[in-house]
Parts: sequence; structure tokens; C-alpha cells
Amino acid sequence: MSSLLAVRDLRTSFFLEGGEARAVDGVSFSLDAGRVLGLVGESGCGKSVTALSLMRLVPPPGRIVAGEVRFDGRDLLPIAEAEMRTVRGAGIAMVFQEPMTSLNPVFTVGNQIAEAVRLHRPVSRHEAWARAVELLGEVGIPDPATRARAYPHQLSGGMRQRVMIAMAISCEPRVLVADEPTTALDVTIQAEILDLLGELRRRRGMALLLITHDLGVVAQQADEVAIMYAGRIVEHASVLEIFDRPLHPYTQALFRSIPGVGGRRERLQPIPGQVPDLLRLPSGCTFRDRCERVIDECAAVVPPLEVKAPAHTAACIRA
Amino acid sequence: MSDDGAPLVEVRDLHKHFPVGGGLFGRPRAWVRAVDGVSLAIRPGETLGLVGESGSGKSTLGRLMLRLIEPTSGEVRFAGRSLLDLPAGELRALRREMQIVFQDPYGSLNPRMRVGSIVGEGLAIHGIGTRAERRDRVVELLELVGLPPEAARRHPHEFSGGQRQRIGIARALAVRPRFVVADEAVSALDVSIQAQILNLLQDLQQKLGLTLLFIAHDLRIIEHLSDRVAVMYQGKIVELATRDDIYRKPQHPYTRALLSAIPVPNPRQRRRKAGEE
Repeated sequence: MSSLLAVRDLRTSFFLEGGEARAVDGVSFSLDAGRVLGLVGESGCGKSVTALSLMRLVPPPGRIVAGEVRFDGRDLLPIAEAEMRTVRGAGIAMVFQEPMTSLNPVFTVGNQIAEAVRLHRPVSRHEAWARAVELLGEVGIPDPATRARAYPHQLSGGMRQRVMIAMAISCEPRVLVADEPTTALDVTIQAEILDLLGELRRRRGMALLLITHDLGVVAQQADEVAIMYAGRIVEHASVLEIFDRPLHPYTQALFRSIPGVGGRRERLQPIPGQVPDLLRLPSGCTFRDRCERVIDECAAVVPPLEVKAPAHTAACIRA
Repeated sequence: MSDDGAPLVEVRDLHKHFPVGGGLFGRPRAWVRAVDGVSLAIRPGETLGLVGESGSGKSTLGRLMLRLIEPTSGEVRFAGRSLLDLPAGELRALRREMQIVFQDPYGSLNPRMRVGSIVGEGLAIHGIGTRAERRDRVVELLELVGLPPEAARRHPHEFSGGQRQRIGIARALAVRPRFVVADEAVSALDVSIQAQILNLLQDLQQKLGLTLLFIAHDLRIIEHLSDRVAVMYQGKIVELATRDDIYRKPQHPYTRALLSAIPVPNPRQRRRKAGEE
């Protein structure tokens, strides 16, 4: 059985004055209907560029260099842009971090959702508006008929994110890509939005690719977790497996660097150094100069993502 | 930290109201009560965590405590003296004792200045030491926050976010303050770098005996760093208690709501959704 979304050896580079920055460097994963994959990493690790690559929305000087993005069995990378436009929204839709900058300030939110509906469906203005109101209700906006007439600035950050989600699900996508959907929101609102995404997934059987830097969000929402570092997935397993038995030294170090909740106040163990510059990556394993288990061999070859335990892969010769 | 002793910083019935609307010359249409009757005291050597959501007034409260902005009414005392009716000269002298570290490690450092001048600016303004002494002190400060001496000759853009936050901390510590307000000082940083800065703040506090007001929206970080925690909501402190009491026995419904919303980094402790009890 093939997966709903299967990404194979995806490579996306930014061609800069200083050289080629391999933002996504051979990423593979698959996602089935109704499942949540958490894609985790720090800034610059390539998680957002991975999302944009799936949608074929990588901005120049970035370009998808190689790989496959199979949606429902069909590779999206070679198809014509016009055809891709029908996939965006109805096949794969995306929710971004900043709801304010993604909405048009001069149109009402109902108008913008209705517009999205009409882009994909031959319905009248009246029907599209009715659909917009219905969608606003579905994402938990109270009194949707009135709120549909509001402009983005008249809504709170949490409400705007709900509008963005309503717009994203307006054409009933089968995969929803959410890139840091709650990072700009307060903690109580964050919880509501995450609950909403989980509920929509269950109700509609959508697959959710949840991109985040927050291990707490992943622990709460994901079925599976992929950890990214410097353009590559370095570990991938079920959420329980990765929290119980992290194998890659980077994953282990990430866990040790976050404060726990309600527990002992142990000293945090930061990861020494910084995320490497993509134009000046070390040879071999890109994590090796921050790694406590480094040996000479780590400099020799790029460690492949290998099966280390059932349904658990890691890219480390020491794991 | 002693439990009796006099507080280093104390505010009483503090209010700050901002006007809304009304245009340039018109009367304001309404007032926002950003800080609405806050009283609290911070003991010497203590870390008080101030937590709240955006718009709760926590940053305004931090700035009022340093008299960076003027309160509408109320009292701010530092080491027993009222900050609000000090003559200008004495206020300036007291300013040395209290400093602030900002959230944005990109926007809070002047891009045209070299790091040495940024860190040493406070010393120069307060006329502390000779030029050579100031230069030595800058190197000492850079070392204290974990940066090499050569950093002094470089510009802020040559540093990463975590390194810039170290520069901001060195600048705040230059004049040997007793009280430091850290306003979302690690919020913009990646988790692995966040841990470096949190540890640095803890070490510096122990080494220098600093009193710290740590303002943040992240309850996990507040728990990690604070001795006591104040929870702010709509301009008011709704709960103030020791860290353990806040996190184990929260009393106020808002504190409970905040705590139950934290995404716990443990998939075996998934938060129950409303109605799923």
C-alpha cells in the first residue's frame, strides 16, 4: 500500500553568492491519512523549506534540485504549474505561523475564504459566502455570520489563526501542512488551536504535517516524529519511541536542554556551539563538532539514516 | 536569599494607564489599564518570575520598576528610596544599580557600534574609570558572559542570536547593577541556545548576587529559573507564591488554566481536552 504523501530524497538548495546552501539535503518520509507527523528542528534546519518544497512554493534563489514528492501516488515535482495549482488547497494545504501577514488587511475574512472556495469550485458568490460562514463555524469561531464581515485587524491573533485554518480546509485538503501554527500565540490560545487541528484531522481524516521547534507540542500532538538538523532528518520514530529511547546524540541533547515541567530543577545541559552555517558544513556528520560522542570516523562519511530498532531510524554511526 | 531582610525593589498600588484613540489633539476615547494596582516586593538575591500572556502588562510593570516610563500613580522603591521623587542627579546615580536585558537580540544593539563600545557605553556615560580601565573591564565582561576578547572589535551583525544576547547581558552588567530586569530575554532563541543563556543567567546571579525580575510567557522557563512566581492577568497580579506552590498548588483559576495549557514534553502525559474528563 502506498502512502498518501511520500517524499523521497528531496533536495532543495538556495543558490547564494557564497555558494549553494543545501537547505533540504535528501529528506525522505511518508505520511498516511489521519496521521500526524511532527517535523522538529531549530531555526535554519530546513523544516520550513521542506514544507514549501511540498507545495512547490520555494522562493528564489531557492530551487528544488532533486527528489520526489508523491501525493496519492503521483509525483508532484514534474507536473505543470497550472496542475499544481489544483493540488494546492484541494490536495495539500498550508497554515503559516503569522496569521496577520498571511491575510489581506483590506478584505473581510469572509470574503477571503469565499474567494478561496471559488478558486477551486464553480459556485456562486452567494454559495461561497455561505460556505465561508459554515467554515468559520467549523473552526470554532462564535457567531460566524457576523465575524465573516470582520477585517483581519478586528480579530485577535487566535481568531486570525482560526480564519487561516478555515481557509486552508476550505477545499477539503487531504494533507494539511502546519508550519509553527501556534508559535506566535499565547499558551492558552495555543492549546485551543492545537486541539482544533487534532479535531479536524479526526473528523476529516486529514494527514497533518506539524512543523515545530517545540518538543512539548510534538509530544502532545504527533503520532510520529522526525528530527531535522542542517537539512537532513537525523532520527525518525513513533512519538513514544523517540521520547523513551532517543538514539541520535542531537535528539538526546535537545531533550536535555529543555526545562521539564513540575519536576526537579536540574541544571540544563545546553548543546555547545551553534547550528552550523549551511555554506560551511563540516565534512561527514554535520553534528560532529557539537557532539559529545564524536570519534574520528564521524568526519569520514555522512552517516545514512539506518534502521536501529523496529520502526526507528537514526543517522549516526555511534547510535 | 533571606526571608526577613528589607526588599530591594518594592512597588505599591502601582498604576499605568495608556490613552487610546482621540487623535493628536483630541481627548482620549478610553484608557487601557496596563498596570492596574500592583503591589509586590523583590528580596535581595531573589529571582522573581513574572509570567503572563501578551497584553497582561508584564513588560510595562518591568519598565515601571526601572522608571523607564512614568507611572500614573503609585510608588516604586529601590533599596528603601522612592524612585519617583528623587532629584534627577540622584536618580541617575541609582540607574547604575538597575539594568534591563531585552528580548530582541537583533534590534537592541546598535548595528553601527563595535561590541566593545556597546558593552562599555554605560561605563563611559557614568564616567567610570579611565579609558584603559574601561577597556580592561569590557574584556573582563566579555569573558564573564563567555565571549572571546576579540569580540570587542567586531560589530553585532557578526554574531548569532545567542551571542548577541550575551552581549546584551554584558552591557547590562557593565555598571555592576544590583537589580536586573530580563524581559523575555531568551524567547527569541532556539532551545539549545536558550539553555546556554538560562545557565549563564543562573551562574551570574550566584556569582554576583544579582536580584532578578525574569519576565516571560513560557511557564517552563519561569519554573526553571524562579524562586517565587507572580502571575499577571489584565494588569493585575492574580497570584504570587513560591515556585513550588504555584506549580504544585495553584490557587487562582487563571494560574490553573495557564498551567493546564502547557504542552508537556512527554507523550505519556497528554493533556485532556475540555469535555474529555
